Amino acid sequence: MKLGLVIDLDTCVGCHACAVACKQWNTSGTTGPLSDYEPYGENPSGVWFNRIRHYEVDDYPNSKTVNAPMSCMHCDDAACVTVCPTGASYKREEDGIVLVDQSKCMGCNLCAWACPYGARELDEAQGVMKKCTLCVDRIYDEELPEAQRQPACVLTCPAHARFFGDFDDPESEVSTLVRERSGYAMMPELGYKPVNQYLPPRQRPAAPTVEKKEDAGSGSLINKWMRRQKEAFNQLGKGAG
Amino acid sequence: MKPALSVIFFTVVAGAGYGLLLLLALARIAGLGPSINPDQVTLMGLIGLLLVTAGLISSTFHLANPKNAWRSFTRFRTSWLSREAVFAILFYPVCLLWLIFEWSTGNTLVTSFFAVLTAILSVVVLICTSMIYASLKTIRQWHTALTPVNFVLLGLLPGSLILALMFAHQQLDLQRLLSVSLVILVLAALVKIVYFYWIGQPAGPSINTALGFTRATVRLLDVGHSSDTFHTREFGFQMNRVKLLWLRAICIALAFAVPMLLVSGMFSAVGFSMLTLAAISVTAGVFIERWLFFAEARHVVNLYHGSPAT
Repeated sequence: MKLGLVIDLDTCVGCHACAVACKQWNTSGTTGPLSDYEPYGENPSGVWFNRIRHYEVDDYPNSKTVNAPMSCMHCDDAACVTVCPTGASYKREEDGIVLVDQSKCMGCNLCAWACPYGARELDEAQGVMKKCTLCVDRIYDEELPEAQRQPACVLTCPAHARFFGDFDDPESEVSTLVRERSGYAMMPELGYKPVNQYLPPRQRPAAPTVEKKEDAGSGSLINKWMRRQKEAFNQLGKGAG
Repeated sequence: MKPALSVIFFTVVAGAGYGLLLLLALARIAGLGPSINPDQVTLMGLIGLLLVTAGLISSTFHLANPKNAWRSFTRFRTSWLSREAVFAILFYPVCLLWLIFEWSTGNTLVTSFFAVLTAILSVVVLICTSMIYASLKTIRQWHTALTPVNFVLLGLLPGSLILALMFAHQQLDLQRLLSVSLVILVLAALVKIVYFYWIGQPAGPSINTALGFTRATVRLLDVGHSSDTFHTREFGFQMNRVKLLWLRAICIALAFAVPMLLVSGMFSAVGFSMLTLAAISVTAGVFIERWLFFAEARHVVNLYHGSPAT
């Protein structure tokens, strides 16, 4: 099994709900707490497993806002595991989830240095490295109804932009989406073979901006006069530009 | 990258210690110090070990959870940090055995054997330390063969001048050691200057490959966090370009140019006072060099925070 996420950059609205759901679940879960520093102070900061950044791609008039949520990519060739001197970081044989055994971590930060995706954050209050667990304490929980055995971020996404599944199964939802929507990996040139895939924004023609044809004969005299003034006013700017 | 003082102190001071012990071993076995006696070797060796120990203790201050530091010996097969830890600890019994044999039996075959082992392990530890940085593909300024070369040479350089200083203090023949120091000086200066040019070339991932939009311009609209994060604190270090260039110039002057003038014997005979100045100058220069090594390194995570390139 190769578990991971597919994130649809076309439908993501950048609401940060996945990050909040992640923080809520994991701070009270097996990896918790996700410490906050100065939560009510001037510069609230803390540990997050999932962060959303917002970008503008291409130039006007083709520019598009892209919201990019990023968490651990659970890389096939995970450099963070390779560099870990203590064996605290490991990749599970059975499903490919990359985890940190906090009881072994010495907080040297080297795994965070090796990760290109900023997926690992040091819990400065506890002195150990923490990261996305793909909600390993949810997805195998047989107490939960089957539909809920998914990462918290996927369940909560209001835009349905996040999908969870097995990339080794060619018929799974995630594999199908990647195949049909040309899913891709971020920063593939570093060679870490990230498992999580991103679906690019769909290519749509620009929305037509034809002005609504108005019936010249309709309306009162005042309305016709108003419309003429408006047209004349609109013409004013055009000569200059 | 944030220039962490504990790591800078560790790499500079322990590096100088390993360099010193390597050259001391060569002095013993290859005739770098022709008239040196076993007591002098033991004393200088202990000073070298003191430097190494001070550095290693400093390195633990970089750990957020040092009580698990002993576990860093367990991933020798994959992690350069683990290899460094193993060899750094292995270094102690070997080096101490050498010094004990030196002190008790003088210059024998067994002494030379442990001296050779010490010399080899010194280079191995220096290479392991540098490979921690050189193995990170995420930081292109470190991911280069110049990094290990640089670490070895800049361990040998202050080591050689501190050793020369001790030789001068003990009124030993300096000539051969100083010739070696000069060769190291020239090589180290060349490698560092090549490195400064090399990291100036644009290369590596860009904001486009980071996000997968390679056919259009990409600009950061909003970084998504309202105050600093672990990543901005750890990787976001930035400094005025002009100041960095000045620091490079000061680094080259202190680490290479000044000691070159002092040690080459161009102005006057090289004595204890000259070598004191040279050793202080080199150590200060290498501290600045190591600070720059971190300060000029740009982690690819900065691309997600809006840097167009690293």
